[in-house]
Amino acid sequence: MMNSILPLFVAIPLGASFLIALVSRKRKLPADIIANLSTLSLLVLSIIIFQARGVYKIGGWLPPAGINWVLDGFSNLFLVIINLISICATVFSIKYMKHYTGVYKYYSLFLLMTAGMNGVVLTGDMFNLFVFLEIASIASYALVAFGGEHEELEASFKYLVLGSLGSILILLGIALVYGMTGYLNMASISKAISSSGIGQVHIFAALLFITGFGIKAALVPFHSWLPDAHPSAPAPISAMLSGVLIKAIGIYSLIRIFFNVFGMNSIFGGMLIGIGILSMVIGVFLAVGQWDLKRLLAYHSISQMGYVILGIGLGGFIIANGGSLIVASLAFLGGLFHLLNHSVFKSLLFLCSGSIENATGTRQLKEMGGLLKKMPVTGTTCTIASLSIAGVPPFNGFWSKLIIVIAAMQAGYYIIGFVTILVSFVTLVSFLKVMRYSLWGPVSGILANVKESPVLMVLPLVLLALLCIGMGVIALPGVTEVVLKPAIEVLVRGAEYAGYVFSQL
Amino acid sequence: MKGMTIIVKTITRWVKLFIFLFGIYVTLTGHLSPGGGFAGGVILACSFILLTLAYGKEYALSRLSLKTAKSLDSIGALIFLLTALIGMWVTNVFFDNVLQKLFPGTDFMLYSSGFIPLYNIGICLKVGAPLFVTFIVMAAMRIRINDKGEREIIQEEEEE
Repeated sequence: MMNSILPLFVAIPLGASFLIALVSRKRKLPADIIANLSTLSLLVLSIIIFQARGVYKIGGWLPPAGINWVLDGFSNLFLVIINLISICATVFSIKYMKHYTGVYKYYSLFLLMTAGMNGVVLTGDMFNLFVFLEIASIASYALVAFGGEHEELEASFKYLVLGSLGSILILLGIALVYGMTGYLNMASISKAISSSGIGQVHIFAALLFITGFGIKAALVPFHSWLPDAHPSAPAPISAMLSGVLIKAIGIYSLIRIFFNVFGMNSIFGGMLIGIGILSMVIGVFLAVGQWDLKRLLAYHSISQMGYVILGIGLGGFIIANGGSLIVASLAFLGGLFHLLNHSVFKSLLFLCSGSIENATGTRQLKEMGGLLKKMPVTGTTCTIASLSIAGVPPFNGFWSKLIIVIAAMQAGYYIIGFVTILVSFVTLVSFLKVMRYSLWGPVSGILANVKESPVLMVLPLVLLALLCIGMGVIALPGVTEVVLKPAIEVLVRGAEYAGYVFSQL
Repeated sequence: MKGMTIIVKTITRWVKLFIFLFGIYVTLTGHLSPGGGFAGGVILACSFILLTLAYGKEYALSRLSLKTAKSLDSIGALIFLLTALIGMWVTNVFFDNVLQKLFPGTDFMLYSSGFIPLYNIGICLKVGAPLFVTFIVMAAMRIRINDKGEREIIQEEEEE
């Protein structure tokens, strides 16, 4: 079954993208239909394939010469996240993009970005990863500038320069690894490194990867493009960028390379923990002072990515130091669960901000007020998402943050646990500000005639809000075994990835 | 007078066909000799860019309109994708060169290596058409804000 489905994850969005550019230049309706059908079919396929595992050889060529795609628990988790948010964003786009010209270009680029991300999480080849990463990145540069106004072009140019710098560093890292080992296939590289040990060139390449993928994931020393780029894009694109793009091409690639290719050791683990704490703390303190709703959300993306990297880096650090495997698994569970949760509630928040902006014409918190009365559905879903990201029980964000804190405490890193709780508190403060100014209070004068958004825009909001409420059950033992356990096992196995790939050929 | 001097125009009239044919040759023999879809596409685009430089953009656009070029761009990509999907349809392997396995042809002849020439044609269209479009857009288009305050892309007026 896997063999007949796996290539479709790249083929369907690519085909739909070029088909839209070919047939739907004048009218918007065919573009809407093709884009939504293709993202819907991708979501269905990713759920069908969720339990499948295996290695796929492109063109029937064996590695290390040929390119292979590896489907394991980690890739499966990301496929579901990417395609779930894609369908929500495309449904939202039907009404939201009505006011823009050239919508076929938007859908075309959107699907190219989806194809790139699906490719990144499936591939088992370093250079193939770079190619897909560039497809997704370049499509996103253009999408950030889609509005064509001065501010958007400026943000896009900044993103373009920094993103290209990241890509070049990644390419240099890949070249160094290729020079040292003679392979581009991840499993072969992993085997070569584990037999030769990590040398100085490997460490230099690892630093290049941390910088390059750190730029793509907007981790703190490299975050400066994100607060400009994410708010400038149209709302569904902001949801895609914050919800999945920084995870799929940043966090995923970083974790895959450090855990499965280089093999985890305490230096890399310590670096990930350090970057995670920095992102968490600095991101959230930059976010508190913002008055532009989308900019505030963008800063929170940096902070929440810090949680993910902290959880996963902590697990790697514990394993590398010979600590308890159960505590490490708990840390991985916290990190991955938070990643899943963040993609849901952050996409929901950005879509809500799009819905509010579409109805009121403003993004400034000071100009809003009383939207819970005027836009009940958007207001309610926005409240749910805000409470989720702030870590209020019983919403999903609470459980993942709780697991990260418990893992840090059990491993004996009390300061990390304390910082995590502190950041969560500041997050709550900043989202209370959002709710106080935009949702509650008296209706401000200029918003007197605001109406609720159309059904097609509200539908994805409701779906994601239901997920926010219900996803806490994933933390329960029986459900975790199915949903997150396979992904955790990939991280725990670490460099045994190579043996797994070669056994599946 | 549009375009460049009579010398350039005359030379262009002589060489344009050869450049165009050379592009096609490089594309079609990409599996036998150096070159391939990318190089061939660039050469094809260069022949149109030469026309634009020598005769002005109206002449070049009357030969290959922007609309056609944009369509060729998508068609090239779709050719590549469909060829890859044929392999998946026949033997369940993405990018499988089934044509080569079924009808091998003679080595070192034009008809050999199965789907590779088809891939080259797809790449040639995908590279050549957008290169021409990019050149025209960057050289001869500009953004103007119209009466309604919307942005629109127009062709720049020719200065006499």
